[in-house]
Amino acid sequence: MKRIVILGAGTAGTITANKLAQELDLSEWKITIVDQSELHYYQPGFLFIPFGIYGRNDVVRARRDYLPRDVELIVSEIELIEADKNQVKIKKDGRILSYDFLVIATGSRVVPEETPGLAEHEWRRSIFDFYTVDGALALQKYLRTWQGGRVVLNVAEMPIKCPVAPLEFLFLADWFFHEHGIRDRVELTLATPLPGAFTKPRASRLLGDMLDEKGISVVPEFNIMEVDPDGKKISSYDGVEIDYDLLISVPVNMGDTLIGRSGLGDELNFVPTEKHTLKARDFDNIFVLGDATNLPSSKAGSVAHFQGDVFIENFMRYVDGLPLQETFDGHANCYIESGFGKGFLIDFNYDVEPLPGKFPLPGVGPFSLLQESRMNHWGKMLFRWMYWNLLLKGKPLPITAQLQMAGKWN
Amino acid sequence: MATREIAGATVQVDDEGFMTNPNEWNREIAVEIAHEEGIPDLNSEHWKVIDFCRNTGQATGKSPTLRQITNGAGVTTKELFSLFPKGPAKKVAKISGLGKPEGCV
Repeated sequence: MKRIVILGAGTAGTITANKLAQELDLSEWKITIVDQSELHYYQPGFLFIPFGIYGRNDVVRARRDYLPRDVELIVSEIELIEADKNQVKIKKDGRILSYDFLVIATGSRVVPEETPGLAEHEWRRSIFDFYTVDGALALQKYLRTWQGGRVVLNVAEMPIKCPVAPLEFLFLADWFFHEHGIRDRVELTLATPLPGAFTKPRASRLLGDMLDEKGISVVPEFNIMEVDPDGKKISSYDGVEIDYDLLISVPVNMGDTLIGRSGLGDELNFVPTEKHTLKARDFDNIFVLGDATNLPSSKAGSVAHFQGDVFIENFMRYVDGLPLQETFDGHANCYIESGFGKGFLIDFNYDVEPLPGKFPLPGVGPFSLLQESRMNHWGKMLFRWMYWNLLLKGKPLPITAQLQMAGKWN
Repeated sequence: MATREIAGATVQVDDEGFMTNPNEWNREIAVEIAHEEGIPDLNSEHWKVIDFCRNTGQATGKSPTLRQITNGAGVTTKELFSLFPKGPAKKVAKISGLGKPEGCV
């Protein structure tokens, strides 16, 4: 009996477990997946929680319900990956899981402690995050009675999970404060380490005015040094200070501490991974999927989904002794909420920036790329159903793993 | 694609003067761009950072982040800001002949 162990039962791990169970001969293979919690969160839904569109129940399910019966699920913390011995130590009963192949899908998390002053006495009082369900819920409660002032959204450092979420948050905030009749009493500011809100040429040209139109100001190249939680201001390494009444932080994102402990990570605990095959750079029987990689692809569910498609095809070749194909192109596909019941959609990869067009059917749509529409918003809202019922279970979706140029124009 | 002449060589650049082909870079070009960016002399500390960025740029195809630079080149963030004042990530990328640091959209 050969054994494949998957670490992490989030989006990437769950898709991988389902696909492996579909493809492998289970009289020859045992599939084990380990996660520290029993609950699976629909992370794209966190964005909607602060504005009261979703609550906790809308974004959480039992992990077990999304895994095939033949896959062994162990709920336990993971102590150490001993890659040189092909084994993983877990906390539960001090067990050691030996493997023939390992899939690391331990994701990325926010680490507010990396920024001085952030996660101290004002944390979740006047400083909030929305990348955790608890943070998003605390912010929802706070916004219910907030009377207006200066909102500053700060991205601490790149890379972050779902890089468009900060923009979506500001667009939704603009809409939310309008709905509540206090938009004229709210200032919205984005303080980002990037050179601007939009950095790719086509997106900048087509969407660059959006922030101006919505009255959102941008402080580019802002590299946060510290928060002064009592003086309510953030300051950068080059001495720029921004005052706030309400600070929304996207803290530093890092891979799991397990990766660091096991000596497998880079300076942010992300695992060095081959860009086009998803094999761990230093190990021939370890693959890395989802947010846990150090790849320049976006840390997003759609990327985990496309990686899952590429991985399973490649893995089935690999176990038969064929070489890996370099088929992962960094493809990502993201709905971006723009407020007032509209949204846009972007489709891009390592080499092709987001371009305008129609998606997924060339010339037809129904979704419009890089263009605001009501249909795109409905796509995003319906996506939650697709996530739970199709995507996690590894069922086919009408989107190819590799980016398609048909339907896009330059 | 626009081109310009720097230190006697013709190189391809984008609208903001970032080189688009890292293979066209050389050390004389770095000195001249640094000059334009308000850094009159490149000392050994500057070069430590630039060399690190060239190496990561070649390996990953992307300009490194501030954290990658501080960890990899062994300088503190404060030192990096004094070596390349006002936006070191962008400045170092430009001087090192790498593309502008970018988001996904």
